[in-house]
Amino acid sequence: MTLDIELVHASSLVRRVGDQTLLNQASLRLFAGDRVALVGNSGSGKSLFLRSLAMLEPIDDGQIGWRGHVIAPATAPRYRSRVIYVHQQAADYGGTVEQVLHRPFELAVHRERQFDRDWLVARLETVGRSASFLEKDHQRLSGGERQLVACLRAIQLQPEVLLLDEPTAALDQTAALQVEALVSQWLGESQGHESAMVWVSHDHDQAVRVSNVIYQMQAGELGTFTEQVKEKR
Amino acid sequence: MIAAIEITTWQIALAALLILINGIVSFRFRLGMERTLVFAAIRTVVQLWLLGLILTWVFELKSWWLVLSIAAVMTTIAGWTAASRPKYRFPGMRRLTLAAVWASSWLLTGYVICLLMADLRSWYDPQYLIPLLGMVLGNTLNGISVALSSLVESMSRRRVEVETLTALGATRMEASADAMRDAIRTGMIPIINSMMVVGLVSMPGMMTGQVIAGMDPAQAIRYQIVIMFIIAAATAAGTVSVVYLATWKLFGPDHRFRYEVLLEREKQT
Repeated sequence: MTLDIELVHASSLVRRVGDQTLLNQASLRLFAGDRVALVGNSGSGKSLFLRSLAMLEPIDDGQIGWRGHVIAPATAPRYRSRVIYVHQQAADYGGTVEQVLHRPFELAVHRERQFDRDWLVARLETVGRSASFLEKDHQRLSGGERQLVACLRAIQLQPEVLLLDEPTAALDQTAALQVEALVSQWLGESQGHESAMVWVSHDHDQAVRVSNVIYQMQAGELGTFTEQVKEKR
Repeated sequence: MIAAIEITTWQIALAALLILINGIVSFRFRLGMERTLVFAAIRTVVQLWLLGLILTWVFELKSWWLVLSIAAVMTTIAGWTAASRPKYRFPGMRRLTLAAVWASSWLLTGYVICLLMADLRSWYDPQYLIPLLGMVLGNTLNGISVALSSLVESMSRRRVEVETLTALGATRMEASADAMRDAIRTGMIPIINSMMVVGLVSMPGMMTGQVIAGMDPAQAIRYQIVIMFIIAAATAAGTVSVVYLATWKLFGPDHRFRYEVLLEREKQT
């Protein structure tokens, strides 16, 4: 079983701005197979914590380990390419959806990966989109469609960990469920691989749907999990 | 030799009134630049007047270290000024513009001095070095400041875009490639534009001055051609170096966009 493989270990992360402590000794150990939902009031620091996990924020104290090793600064891009953070709101890019999806393959870190159009088409069908969706102008997509594209773009890179920052906060119910479907399909497929996910959500029902463990963030402190939801393993 | 028309103080005062046009524009569009304009106008007059006072003295300087000190002061002022335009600033920005202005202008001016001077023992001849450097500085300062403005503004506007690439594993150079390219292009456009129209639309000040002062036009244009090329090269060098230096500064060693160091400058009054 892969359950005991520790993928990411954030230990005692501290972040201060002025005299405010935004993250106070927040720690998380993420093992292969974990589906974590992170809930909390707005301003509690849950998004900041998730961004810190992706090394997108400065931290004042504490450290982040990846598979048992501290991440050397120069290897951060490699770490981020395996532990991918998806923004709350997808930026809009010029060009077609296919071009937007192809973009990461132009990065040195993904150079050895192959862009797989057929895989994308199959994936789009599961959320009710045909292959012609790839030809669409990215700037004309709805917020929900952009978020689908952003998730697909991350998933096609077969990450170890997906860090989702309220990906459905601005979406209607249908679109939100489609994003959920996409992610859960990825998790289902990567059963054999070592994968994990952290999903920040303010919607308790969603947190229950997508996770097998829920953590709560409160004033910068990551509480011990509030409830063990269900066994999905 | 054709005698140039003498300009009286009265005529200067009438010309100075033209600054009112800028003032009206600023007022009408609420640009909040009235005070800056007045300040800039006063500086123009005072600085040129001072220059007139010392220029004869400067041109007669015989010691290389005095000439170099004057050149150093000019360069420092240019580097300093280049950092004051961008809407966003970050700690250490002034050091970057100083380095970029300094390196590009001295390198290229030095090259041309070596090229022009048959007798290198008088390389510091202030009559050549100071105006040459001055022209190069005036233009690189512009290119560097425009490029830096463009870079920091587009980095802050495209923060999500830059971060998305970073989150997918981009290095700092990959994440900022678009912003860097735009910034370098923006910095080089003015000089390329002026190379396009020089002689057709614009009569360069130095060349015109030389002809008015009685120089053979055939020689004057040769000077001007050389100047245009140094300015173009120095602008390119300065623009590229400031954009690289700034990108380096705006990202951490872990290739993270340090968005938190970018501060919006308070609106100028």
